[in-house]
Parts: sequence; structure tokens; C-alpha cells
Amino acid sequence: MPTFVYMTRCDGCGHCVDICPSDIMHIDKTYRRAYNIEPSMCWECYSCVKACPQNAIDMRGYADFAPLGHSVRVQRDEKKGTISWKIKFRNGTEKNFLSPITTKPWGQAIPKLAEVPGPSKEMRDSQLLYNEPKWIRMDDGGLHTLEAAGLKLKKGVYY
Amino acid sequence: MFAVNPFAALSGSIPPAVMQGYIVLMIVLVAAGTLFDILHKGSARYFFESWRKSKGSREVALLPIAIQTVAVDVLASGEFCNAKRRFAHLLTMYGFVFYVVATVVLVFNYTAAAAASFWPQLWWLGGAMVFVGGTWFWFFIRVDVAAEGNPVFRVMHADLFILSMLASVTLGLLWAWLGGFALFVLYILATTVLFAGVPWSKFAHMFFKPAAAFEKRVAEAGGTHQNLPTLTRDDPEQRERHSMELLKDAPMDMGLGIKREPPHHY
Repeated sequence: MPTFVYMTRCDGCGHCVDICPSDIMHIDKTYRRAYNIEPSMCWECYSCVKACPQNAIDMRGYADFAPLGHSVRVQRDEKKGTISWKIKFRNGTEKNFLSPITTKPWGQAIPKLAEVPGPSKEMRDSQLLYNEPKWIRMDDGGLHTLEAAGLKLKKGVYY
Repeated sequence: MFAVNPFAALSGSIPPAVMQGYIVLMIVLVAAGTLFDILHKGSARYFFESWRKSKGSREVALLPIAIQTVAVDVLASGEFCNAKRRFAHLLTMYGFVFYVVATVVLVFNYTAAAAASFWPQLWWLGGAMVFVGGTWFWFFIRVDVAAEGNPVFRVMHADLFILSMLASVTLGLLWAWLGGFALFVLYILATTVLFAGVPWSKFAHMFFKPAAAFEKRVAEAGGTHQNLPTLTRDDPEQRERHSMELLKDAPMDMGLGIKREPPHHY
């Protein structure tokens, strides 16, 4: 399901061009709006759909298996730190989801890796990966569980 | 210099009727070019199909939406999310309006009069605004240069509008300042390309964009939201969702994420 751009919505800001991991979102030479130059190489990551501030990018279902008007649309709200999805099934069922994309204000919890001293020979020879066990917090009261974080595991899927 | 009607000196060599006829011809060419564009691209058909789909079942008062569209999207270029692009667009847009209106008034009302109230100053101001906004855009803000990393002087089809407008205004200002037949001929040539090139340039976006902005606002008010999700943290009921547990104590304004940096990581 490759992406396509609603030309009337696009303002040509370049965010999709910037973020596309396949480098297939480019600027049209006639209208200076974004477009997908090679839909067959699109891996449907939705990066451009989420990054577009105008919600001008959508997914095109292939006609052979998505012919009856399904849709998967997404709205990434950076200000509120959430992402919401609206899924329309071909039988008319509609599902709506809302999830966090950050739990702290943007840009305030970036690890300052440049200030971290390099690993010693002993650390390099160890079986542990970088910052283990500190970053999985095994040395901070053992394995962290849902209960320890004050959360409960409920039956079913809750979004 | 700024208080003198630049077209008054011309009236000796070119009859006023010819100048006025040229302006009428340019207006006709813009109207014809836009109509051709609408028919050729099927943009009107697309607009009405999209309008039907996005209108929704809710009754919508169109007048307040039209006023909002004019005030925000048209007069304030509200569509742009990048402040620099918005400011450059406002400079160019208002500059072009001042420049065109002043040209029409000077040619029709003050053809032979060197002194023409504030109109010559408005003509110069409009031209300068187009020059500053257009040059800023073309050299520094153009997305194919800023986000794609293409060379500044790589000219493409989409540049026809901005380049012909910049050429028309710059040559017009230079001719008014320095005079000379060659500059005048180049000024008229660039102006003709600007107004006659409507079917091949982005000129008609000034008519299409307000229509698209209006349709977008109608879709939001009509409840279809162009099929986009409508769930938001603003809704207290949504804040109680299990999935929102981790954002319970988070501020409602988390600041800017990817928009902290301009999109130029090519």
C-alpha cells in the first residue's frame, strides 16, 4: 500500500522528503509539491504520513485485495505527545486508537552520550552490552514489572 | 524618483490606449489561462467530487467558514507551518497585489500625470516587497533546494511563476529607475511571460488554494475530517484510557518534536 499525496493539501514543506527512509518522497518539478517517485519501492512505514503537518499523505490500497473502501489514517500530534489511528474495515467496522509517542517534553530527555567516558578494556571484553545492566535497571531493585510500575495487565487489547 | 509616475513619461511615445489595452489583454490571458487549467487538469471536477465526499452529514454554516478562510488562509497565508516560508509568501503576495493594483491605477487614471497621489510610492513598495520575498524564497527557502539539496541555480518547470514574477518586477523597477528602451522591452517581455504563462506555471494557485482551504475547513466542520482520526488528549474521557496511563501527569504542551529542526537533512 504505497503512499500518495493530495496535491491540494500539500504545502511543499519538505518534511516527507526529509524523513523517507527509502528516499522516494521527492518534490515535483512542475508544481513543487511532494510526490512518491517510486510506489513499488515504498515499504509502507508511514513515516511520511505521520510527519506531514498538513495530513496531505495517504496510503493507497492495492485494488486486488483492498477494493472496498478500507482506510488506515493517522494523526501524529506532537504538541500533545500522542498518535491516533482511525481504521476502517471493508465491512464498515471502525476502530479508533490513541497512544503516547513520548512521555516527556520533546528534546529534554536526550542522553548526552558524548559526555560518557569510553568503555574500558574490561568492559569491552565483557559479555554485557553497552550500559547493561544499568539501562535495563537490573541493579536497581531487580526486573521491573508492570505491578512495580503501578500498572495492571488486563485481558484483551486496550489502546 | 519614488513620487513620480513611471508610466507618465511613456505616454509621449506609447499612446495611453495601447498601455491600457495591454493591461486588459493580460487580465484576459490570466482568466483564459485559469479556465484552460481548470478544464485541462479537471481540477474543478476533482474539487466538487472531493467536496461531496468530505462535506459530511452535519449541517454547516458556510458564511463563517468562508470568512475564516479569507481571514486566516488567504490574508494571513495560514496554510504554511514554516514561519519563514509564511513571511516570505506574505511579502510576495501583498507586494504583488500592491504592484499590480498600483500599475492598473497609474495606467488608467494617471496616464499622463507625473504626480499621482500615493500610487507611485505604492508601486515601488509593492515591487520592492516582491523582490525581497521572491529572492529570499528562490535562493534560500525553495524546498527542492532546502530539503532536496538541489543546487540553487537548477531551474525547473515550477520556477516559471516565481522567476517570471521576479524578472517582471526587477526589470520594471530598474526601468523606472534608469530608463531606457532595452529595459522596457525586457520588462514587457517578462510581464507577458508571467501573465500569458498561466497554463504552464503555478500562477493559478492563487485561485485554487483558497478553494482547497475552504473545502478543508468545511470537512472539519462537517464532521468527516477527511477521514482523519479525531481522538485527542484534550478530551478528558480519552485521558482516562489505559493507553494514556503514561501521559497522566505529562504537560498538555510537549513542545516541538521533529519540527524543532528544519527539514534539510539530505
